Parts: sequence; structure tokens; C-alpha cells
Amino acid sequence: MKQFLSFVKKEFYHVFRDKKTLLLLFGLPIVQIVLFGFALTNEIKNAEIAIFDLAHDPMSHQITERIKANSTFLVRQYLTHPGDIEQIFKSSNTKLVVVFPSELQTNWARGTQTQIQVIADASDPNTAQTLSSYINLIVMQYQSELTRRTNIPYQIVPEVRMIYNPELKGATNFVPGVMSLVLLLICMMMTSVSIVKEKESGTMEVLLVSPFNPFLVIISKTVPYLLISILNLIVILLLSVYLLGVDINGNVFLLMAESTLFIITALSMGLLISSVTESQQTAMLISLLGMLVPAILLTGFMFPIENMPIALQWISNIIPSKWYYIIVKSVMIKGLGFASIWKETLILMGMTLFLLALSLKKFKTHLE
Amino acid sequence: MDIILQNICKTYTKSGVEALKDISFEVPKGELFGLIGPDGAGKTSIFRILTTLLYPNSGKATVLGLDTQTHFKTIREKIGYMPGRFSLYQDLTVEENLNFFARLFNTTIAQNYELIKDIYIQIEPFKNRPAGKLSGGMKQKLALSCALIHRPEILFLDEPTTGVDAVSRKEFWHMLKRLKNEGITIMVSTPYMDEATLCERIALIQNGQILSIDSPEGIQRQYPFRLFAVKSSNMSGLLRFLRALKTVQSVFSFGEYHHVTFLNANASVVDELKIDIKRAGFDQFEIKETTPGIEDCFIQLMPS
Amino acid sequence: MRNEIVIKTQNLSKHFGSFAAVDQISFEVYKGEIFGFLGANGAGKTTAMRMLCGLSLPTSGQASIAGFDIYRQTESIKKHIGYMSQKFSLYEDLTVIENIRFFGGIYGLAPEVIKSKTESLVERLGMSQVKMQLVKSLPLGWKQKLAFSVAILHQPQIVFLDEPTGGVDPITRRQFWDLIYQAADEGITVFVTTHYMDEAEYCHRVSMMVDGQIKALDTPAQLKKIYNEDSMDEVFYRLARGAKRQAD
Repeated sequence: MKQFLSFVKKEFYHVFRDKKTLLLLFGLPIVQIVLFGFALTNEIKNAEIAIFDLAHDPMSHQITERIKANSTFLVRQYLTHPGDIEQIFKSSNTKLVVVFPSELQTNWARGTQTQIQVIADASDPNTAQTLSSYINLIVMQYQSELTRRTNIPYQIVPEVRMIYNPELKGATNFVPGVMSLVLLLICMMMTSVSIVKEKESGTMEVLLVSPFNPFLVIISKTVPYLLISILNLIVILLLSVYLLGVDINGNVFLLMAESTLFIITALSMGLLISSVTESQQTAMLISLLGMLVPAILLTGFMFPIENMPIALQWISNIIPSKWYYIIVKSVMIKGLGFASIWKETLILMGMTLFLLALSLKKFKTHLE
Repeated sequence: MDIILQNICKTYTKSGVEALKDISFEVPKGELFGLIGPDGAGKTSIFRILTTLLYPNSGKATVLGLDTQTHFKTIREKIGYMPGRFSLYQDLTVEENLNFFARLFNTTIAQNYELIKDIYIQIEPFKNRPAGKLSGGMKQKLALSCALIHRPEILFLDEPTTGVDAVSRKEFWHMLKRLKNEGITIMVSTPYMDEATLCERIALIQNGQILSIDSPEGIQRQYPFRLFAVKSSNMSGLLRFLRALKTVQSVFSFGEYHHVTFLNANASVVDELKIDIKRAGFDQFEIKETTPGIEDCFIQLMPS
Repeated sequence: MRNEIVIKTQNLSKHFGSFAAVDQISFEVYKGEIFGFLGANGAGKTTAMRMLCGLSLPTSGQASIAGFDIYRQTESIKKHIGYMSQKFSLYEDLTVIENIRFFGGIYGLAPEVIKSKTESLVERLGMSQVKMQLVKSLPLGWKQKLAFSVAILHQPQIVFLDEPTGGVDPITRRQFWDLIYQAADEGITVFVTTHYMDEAEYCHRVSMMVDGQIKALDTPAQLKKIYNEDSMDEVFYRLARGAKRQAD
């Protein structure tokens, strides 16, 4: 045990003496969270929108006036042709188009259900969502005033259509995404690089020749990164709650337990990489390109998995980050309990055991 | 016998390099044994097999009576190993490195301080300096201290003096002598032939094969030819001239002299040479019979 | 022939903070000379060599290398010198031919010149059989001989050799020195560091660096006479033993 502790101590020396890596370890999660946080807290003013009025009746004019009166919107253009809608999204900074159907007032007077179409550019999902809900609010307010006077029930329903990102992955979803990325980066890349470094410098030779159990050598190398990751996790959670206002809706302990499980998964991947590589560059490349990039693309927080080709959807199932992402989203955002994530937890656990067993089996107690 | 190698062969699967070809030798307890040979001769492979890091393809190696393949865990507790490259943590200080290796072998610096004292005392003034910032000679002393901290029964030192200046090298060999007197068996390798005479017994090794194995004096005695040292004011001209002579078997430069052997070294050959040299116009010519050094023996034993 | 000076330094110094790695060294090296640059680890050899190669600027003092000023004309210096070290010499994953062509190319030799030089070089080194092989498959001694030949491919005025023969077998080591002598005979100045003291004897003149200063500079014979020792090994030991400096 003393051996083990002195080993862990030595690892901490390595970490704390390498100032640049240290900065990366603690700076990266903060920078990421703050960056995504800005996307979240940005207040929208004077968003450019366009109106496509097919009705040209008093009602459409009145609603347009109300939209114009709101400081959130800046009506830039009045469209005359349906083809202009796509054109204007592409050629200008227009965030949203409101389409009034023909005979709006007539239909309303007749008591028929009528729809105002709101088309939003959802490549920036937060803005799109915020803007369309404002339009929604304006139309509802207008109607409630109207009905109060005439006693006719609600009939105009704004029909919101999101283009470019219909899933509307909002910034709230980025917090779980950043968590999975940061943990993966620190645990997998740092562990693999630090073990391979010992191989490169020749110190692994000396360690192997010592009576210290070779498996403990690599296990003890993971301990500092395990602790640093948990620390990082706490920082991320604190930042997201107090800086971004993304609350933890579920059980904090459940969230921590699940995260620790994922950390161990990532550590196992790091071990596996280190047992099959001989140089730091190779370890870094495998971590970044082989593991991290798929984790970013196929986890679901950047691009919706449901829209991917079947083959990619299938591949995404073997990416541990995907399952962790689902778990965090369920616990943190949706506030669900263990009962609804036991399946994902089990999958992650299975993957971890498999990876750990494989990496220990691949670890060589001899050279060559 | 502390170390026994029997018909060891090793071919690296990845590169296909045949590193060791049927190597057999023994090292008795308490001996200072040297493996002498250039880079790529197979010295490191022998060390790695004996330190249980590498399995041989065939043959058997035992260390302290234990088989290196089946009893590697026990062997690892009893040996000290200093690999060819500097294998300490450059970002840890001198003291932290030593502490770490002591713990690794389940001991403390205090427990075995007596053994390393003479060596460690020289680097102790720098104990708070990162190991990476030490000079070559000091790194080597620290590495030796770390390899000794658990009082091993056998010390394996793979090229400890490579790239180290002549002064530090001399000091290092003094330290090894002292350790030998403590009863530790030492196996050391070096590419510097002049260091061979500091060992009790040596194996000359080249291309994975042992050329000769004996005490340095024994190897020198086995040199089959009479050896002459010659010099003149124009050494490179003399070298070319001697190479062209039919009576000359071999000529190599050795410091300020050229070492020459003759095909038929009878009494008259030196006189004949003197006449030839004079005719060719070399100034300040000098010739004397000399005793061969290990390097002469190595060159003679190398397959051409 | 020995009158033309190709390296001249005057009180050349390099300080790192308050530490004088190289402390006012002054010496001259002549055309076609084999100049041994010896010193213990940490004596300042590497720092001095770097300055002479135009890789780092001195703190004070003057020097001219191949007629170029060490402060202002470092680029010209680099064109007129060759450099070879034990650590980096050739690209292991390129073939013999590819290495020769590459280094010929970076020194701006014309393609026809490179072609003819490549052929004669491969011939002279006896490497025709292996010219298409990757350098990493060659024995160390061959690599070092090839590296040296590549370093003087562009006919530099001076070639700097940093421990060129470390770990090489005794015969190849001597063949390497044959190459050095050939180069010197062609008028190339050879500036060489080594840890083999017998090689110090092969140099025309030898300098001994201790604690950043040149403590002795003369022919090997003269040095042995002055210090009344039998071999360069003992001369070196006597001079370097007095070193105060311990670390690099």
C-alpha cells in the first residue's frame, strides 16, 4: 500500500510540474462551459425578420404592427413570393419569417381554424426558439384582446416550423455534452499519454524490473486523473448551476455516481490505447481522432443522431459517450431517477468491464 | 553461479533482426563481468533477457538459480537494473527520484544509506534539483544510486558510461570496484574498449555472437601475432604506405601510433620495413614491439 | 596551406543569466585542419559549437566562421558549413539515395550535380548494394559514414562533428577517421568532439575546455610534453579533474 501511495504521489508531481498540461486540465472545462454559456445568456435584440403577407387585411396588418413595436424584432423586408423565403434565409441575416395565410380575417370571422406560419433559422437553435416563442406570445396576446371584445374563442394558432435543426438542440443540452467531452479528454488522453511517456523515456523498463506489480503500475497511473476528473466535474456542475443557470433537476449523488462510472470507462480506454501504442504522438492521435472525434459527432449533442444514416446510428451505440450523454441529460435536465436510466447504466458498465479486461490483458509485463 | 546463459537465441519478430545467436556463458558470484562490443552487438538484448524483460526464442537463462521465464517475479526483487538510456524521472528532483525507487522496492533511503553513501554524497548538494537538469556524470550517479537502493544481489548496468566524459567514467569505475567489494555481482556493458581491463572477466561481443570470453589479460595473451607500433611525422601517409605493403597483414591507427602485424613476423621483417620506410622518405620513423590491447584483440577477432 | 584561417574567435562568450556557459574563448582554426574540441560534460562544448554553427548568438566577443561574421551573417555561415551529430544525422525512414538527394537539395545543389554526386558517393562508400534500402536497416557504422559524407556533400569549408563515432565498432571507427582525413586533405576543415581519447591523437590540434574556458590548446604531442603525461587520456584527466562545474 505504501508503494502504491508513493506511486500516486509521484504521478501528482508529474501533473503539477507540467504547468502547460495543468492549465489545460483545469482551464479547458471552464473555457468550454463559459463559451457555451455565452451562447445561452445572450439577450436577443433587433433580430432581423421578414413578413410574407398573403392576407393583406386589417388583422394581418395589426399583428405586423405589434411585431414591429417589439424591440426584439426588426422587420427588414416584406416578401411577395413564396420562393423568396428560402432565398432570404440564405442571402441575409434574417432569423425568422412570419407568413400570414390569405383571407386571415375572413376565416377568423367565419370561425375556421387559421394558422400563421413562423419559419425560423434553427442553425442557431437558441435564437430560433426564443424568437418563435416571442412571436407566439404576440399572436396569443393579440387574440386574447380580440376575443375579450368579441367573445370568439382562439382560432389563430401560430404553426412554428424549425428549419436546419428541427430537433432544437439547445444550449442546455451542451452542459451534458461538455461533461462527456471533458471527462473523456482528461481521462482517456492524459492516461494514455502519461503511460506511453514512461515507455518512451525508458522508465517503464525500470518499473517492470521492480517487484511492484505491473498491473498496479498502470492502475496507480490512473488515480490522479480520476481525482482530477471528479474535481473538474464538480467545477463544471457549479459553473453550469451558478453561471449558466442550468439547474440539476435530478439527484446530485446519482449524477456523480454515474459520472464516476463514465470516468472509469474513459480511463479504461486510455489504458487500452497505452497498451497498444509505443509513442506519445500515436497515443495522442488515437485518442483525438479515433475516440474523441467520434465522441463529438456521434454522441448526439452536436448533431441529432435520429437524422443520421442507419449505419451511423448503429455505430453510435458503441460509443460510450452517447450513453453517458443520455444519462446526464435524463438526470440533470429532465430530473429523472435511476429507474429510467438503469438500462443505459448497465450498457456503460458492460462496456467498462470489457474495456478494462481487454486493456489489462493487452498490457505487457515484458518487452516485445 | 549467479548468472547462467545456455544457448540463448533471440530474434525480434517486428524487425526480423537476429539479435543473439546461440549465446552461452556463466558469471560466478561476486564477479565484475563486462560485455564489450559496439552498438547493435546484442548487449542490451542480453541484459533484457537476464532482467526478465524479454523472453528468448530458445535457450535457457537463470539468474541466482532462478529461471528468467518462470520465476521473473522473484528475480525482479533481487536485482538492480540501470538501462542504457537515462531512465529516471526528469521532472522529479534527485531526492524524489531516490525516494520513489526506494518505496518501489519496499525499502527506505535510510535502510540502505550505507551502501549508496559514497555515491549519493556527491550529488546530495543538488538533491532539490530536477534530475533532468543534472550533468551526464551526475545523472549516472543518481541512476546508480536508484538501482542500488534496495541492496540488490546482482547489478545489471547497460552502458552506464556511454556519452560520459573521461573523468566521470574513471570515477564511475572506482565506484563499481567498491560495490564489488561489498559482494555484489556486477554485469556491465560498454562500447569503450579501454574500460574492458577494469573488469575481472569480459566477453567480446559482435553481431549477436561472442568472439571471446576470458579475463582481459587472458584475451590479450591469446592474441596470435606479434604486434608493432609505428609512427612518423606523416601519420596518414604512413598508414596508406603500410596498407600497400605486401608483408603487412593488418594496420590500424591507435592514438599516436599505428599498430601493425606482419604476415610472417620473423626477425628480419622489421629491418626490411625500416629500409622500405627510409626509401619512401618518412621522417622521424619509429617502430617498437608492443603488447596488444583489448581493442587490438577485438579487431583481430572480428570476422572480416 | 596552414596559414588560411577559417575560424577565428576573440573573447567569445555566452551567458545564460549570470552563468557563463562559454567564458571568453579565443582561438583560430586553419583550413584543412582537424581540430579536436574536447571537454568534460558541461564544460560548454555544445554551447560553443552552437554559436560557431550560427545557431545561437554570443553574448559578447567576436568570431568569424568561413569569413562570415557570427552576429550578422549566420545564414551565410550555415551555407558554408556542414554538421553531423550522433543524435541526428539522417532520416531513418528514407533510403540511402533519398537522404543524399534531400540533403543535396536543401543545400541548393543543382539536380545534375546531386545525381552525379549521389552515384560517386554510393560507389565510394561501397553502398551500391543497399542504396535503395531504408537507412534504418543499415548498421550504425555505415549510417555514420553515410551521414558524414552527406554533411560534406556541398563541399563546405568547415564540417562540425559532434561525437560522430560513439558506439561504433573499432574497425568502422577507423574507417570513419579515414574519411575525415580524406576530407581534410581536400581542404575541408574538420571540427570534432569525441569521448574517445585515442581519437584526440588523430587531430592536428586539440583544445581542452574546462568550466567554459579553453585551458589548453596545442598539438597532441606538445600537450603531452607540457603536462608530462604518456597519453591524451591522462592529459585530459589532469585538466578536467580540476573542473568546478558539476552540472550542464
